[in-house]
Amino acid sequence: MATSAAVPVSRPGAVLGRAGGGLARGIAVGYLSLIVLVPLAALVWSSRSQGLHTFWHEVTKPEASSALKLTLGVSVLVAAFNAVTGTAIAWVLVRDSFPGKGIVNAVIDLPFALPTVVAGLVLLELYGPSSPFGVDVAFQRTGLVLALLFVTLPFVVRAVQPVLLELDREMEEAAESLGAGRLAVFRRIVFPNLLPAILSGVALAFARAVGEFGSVVLISGNIPFKTEVSSVYIAGQIESGNPAGAAAVSVLLLLISLGVLLAIGAFRHWRTRHDR
Amino acid sequence: MTAKHALRFGALGYLALLLLLPVGLVFYRTFEHGFHPAWAAVTNPQAQHALWLTLIIAAIAVPANTLFGVVLAIALVRHRFPGRGLVNAVVDLPLALSPVVVGLALYLLYGTGGWLGGLAGHGIKILFALPGMTLATIFVSLPFVVREVVPVLREIGTDQEQAAETLGAAPFTTFRRITLPAIRWAVGYGVVLTTARAIGEFGAVSIVSGRIEGKTETLPLYVQSQFEGFNTTGAFAACVVLALIALATVLAMRMFRPNDASLAMPFGGRGGSAGTAVLTRFGRRKGYGAESNVVKEEA
Amino acid sequence: MGITVVEVTKKFGDFVALDDVSVAIPEGSLTALLGPSGSGKSTLLRVIAGLEEPDGGQVLLGDDDVTHQPARARGVGMVFQHYAAFKHMTVWENVAFGLKVRKRPKPEIANRVHELLELVQLEGLAKRYPAQLSGGQRQRMALARALAVDPEVLLLDEPFGALDARVRKELRAWLRRLHDEVHVTTIIVTHDQEEAMEVAGQIVVINQGRVEQVGTPRELYDSPANEFVMSFVGPVNKIGDTFVRPRDISLSLEPDGESTEAMVERVVHLGFEVRAELVRDDGQHLLAQLTQEEAQALELERGLIVYVKPSRQTVFTR
Repeated sequence: MATSAAVPVSRPGAVLGRAGGGLARGIAVGYLSLIVLVPLAALVWSSRSQGLHTFWHEVTKPEASSALKLTLGVSVLVAAFNAVTGTAIAWVLVRDSFPGKGIVNAVIDLPFALPTVVAGLVLLELYGPSSPFGVDVAFQRTGLVLALLFVTLPFVVRAVQPVLLELDREMEEAAESLGAGRLAVFRRIVFPNLLPAILSGVALAFARAVGEFGSVVLISGNIPFKTEVSSVYIAGQIESGNPAGAAAVSVLLLLISLGVLLAIGAFRHWRTRHDR
Repeated sequence: MTAKHALRFGALGYLALLLLLPVGLVFYRTFEHGFHPAWAAVTNPQAQHALWLTLIIAAIAVPANTLFGVVLAIALVRHRFPGRGLVNAVVDLPLALSPVVVGLALYLLYGTGGWLGGLAGHGIKILFALPGMTLATIFVSLPFVVREVVPVLREIGTDQEQAAETLGAAPFTTFRRITLPAIRWAVGYGVVLTTARAIGEFGAVSIVSGRIEGKTETLPLYVQSQFEGFNTTGAFAACVVLALIALATVLAMRMFRPNDASLAMPFGGRGGSAGTAVLTRFGRRKGYGAESNVVKEEA
Repeated sequence: MGITVVEVTKKFGDFVALDDVSVAIPEGSLTALLGPSGSGKSTLLRVIAGLEEPDGGQVLLGDDDVTHQPARARGVGMVFQHYAAFKHMTVWENVAFGLKVRKRPKPEIANRVHELLELVQLEGLAKRYPAQLSGGQRQRMALARALAVDPEVLLLDEPFGALDARVRKELRAWLRRLHDEVHVTTIIVTHDQEEAMEVAGQIVVINQGRVEQVGTPRELYDSPANEFVMSFVGPVNKIGDTFVRPRDISLSLEPDGESTEAMVERVVHLGFEVRAELVRDDGQHLLAQLTQEEAQALELERGLIVYVKPSRQTVFTR
């Protein structure tokens, strides 16, 4: 259900009356401004007030730009990996049947519910120095990727699953009766219909990976130029008394978030393109 | 082994290695030396204080976001006003934004030299205290109730509300007797998600709290400080408490929506073709999807 | 190509959808599988198409045993009730799909698609997406798509079920004409006896997973094999153990030795045809079907006492 798509709205005031509607609107906008907009405005203002030159200087510092490059690099990698694994998991959950499927389906939500620092710690325990498997990826980029895969797991699965559930099976049967093999049915019928959902999930996973902090802070070791991502860099700059540096990088992350939201809106628009 | 089985075992193996084994191992490590060390670790005063603080913050943030979430959802679905598109986008922002950026924004707003930094001089301490941590938590957990209620409000439409109005119901009566019962499951579900996020929030709270041990340390922050202080038993025990809350959350989510695939998906991720005819054939398709929820909600 | 179904059985869990079904469909015929919903007729069609594998029995296309062949290898054209339009493809791409997966040369595909769109009268809509078409147009597109691959057999699963009455009638007549032109062996599944009678040369009546009767529309109407077929292929009066079609009830104003007295409860004028609902002294309700002239001659109206007798009746031995 597209939240930004235009929907017919009944005459105003249907729920709370005309005066109540105005009040509701006022409260809603006021609350949102107080909680979200004013702090973000303060952030943008604070980075801007020092001048564009300082802003540029801060984001191009070697440590800052290295963290940013690493963040974008691993986020793209993790998002792309999720595109494949997430679609595969969604497929298994919708089209396959096996005992315990309901439990597996519930477990997918675990990364949404589990505090990120707990996620980081449990991964460190299994794949860190005291790993019972002898697999130690702590303080390495691999560990970073692992933590991000954990926290971003549900996005593609949950974006693809409902679309796959509602996909008209007769389309696939029709294609099969017209002589298409299994691969052709997937490539020409299923995949094009899933693609917008996959991309939406990938975009969300990407946004989450770019901003992730709690799960990477323990496992990555935060080694500058090696495993330090932007969110950790920002936290470090605050602690070492350089809020200007933190604010500059934060504004960049904020822009990336806004870009992702726009992209998701575009994918949603695209998904419904044949229904208009 | 067929392709189908390969895919099944691949997917399940991936989930086991990434999700179940790590979480299971921490449970095992916590109770490795029996129940008592773990119990002692979560009942020491510092842990108790952290748990208490976490619960207080959640007790403020969750009702606030529930109340305003419902109002926001109604304003977004049932009203047209200038800036509605912007409000809609801003509601989604906390889901796509780094918690560290959220923390920094509050830090700059309420810190020394910030727009509202003067409050501290008047004895209103926001940063490094409960109010700041609560504001950070409200920020990051704001979208969940809104995002759950918006699609349900859309699906139910305004027919019933208008019918009630023609029968002489006052606007608030219509809301209480018609709208609220229809959205209560969505609200309940949103509350579960909000609670999970409020209890588990780490990054934003970490920055605005100043992390003063025994004072502004929530349970997730306690996990980190214990782990870094080499008290792994304490860290694991707190982890188990948080993981149990998470498991309860997942169970509650399933109870609210047993068949819905797109649980917890931000941006109204539910496939959302409420009008799609669900074709039934033997053992082929079940009444999944949005419609079944509505039916359940009305039942 | 003729189709032979030999002793096919299909279960879904405990539900027996097809119970030892054998049918022969002659080459070039247009056959209807007629039955109530849940009777197994769609399952039989899907077994023939290769979309369901039977638990037992055989399916032969011509002389080839195709029982265990997947749908894609059978060379059948299938049309679904809900169109199964590829919604992410244009009309043109939909029709071209079967030829593309067969990797036919592009000019050939273009020619064939053009030819078929002309046949189904959708030339002007080639670049539209299915969502932009009406139900009738979508179903014609689906038909063109199925015919594009020159199928040996055309299978239609309740093809007009989702359309409104007027479009349904038009498409039926059109399908009949199409079959006269193309001559491909065709099976149409329907629960509508009127549709089956209007379109098909041969009807297979199916009920509870079994074949009740196979015959021409006339044979089914005039000499139904059993009570189920009798009452399914048209309206019927049941008087004790005998069955009388409304057409076969004759009315007169004077009694004779065999007739019984009845009162007219309701008269319905359907243009040329008039239906009279009658009730006998013993409480038995009857439906009679007359021409307008007959009704006028009797001055049929509510409350009139008439004398009825069946001119033709059927008794089934059990």
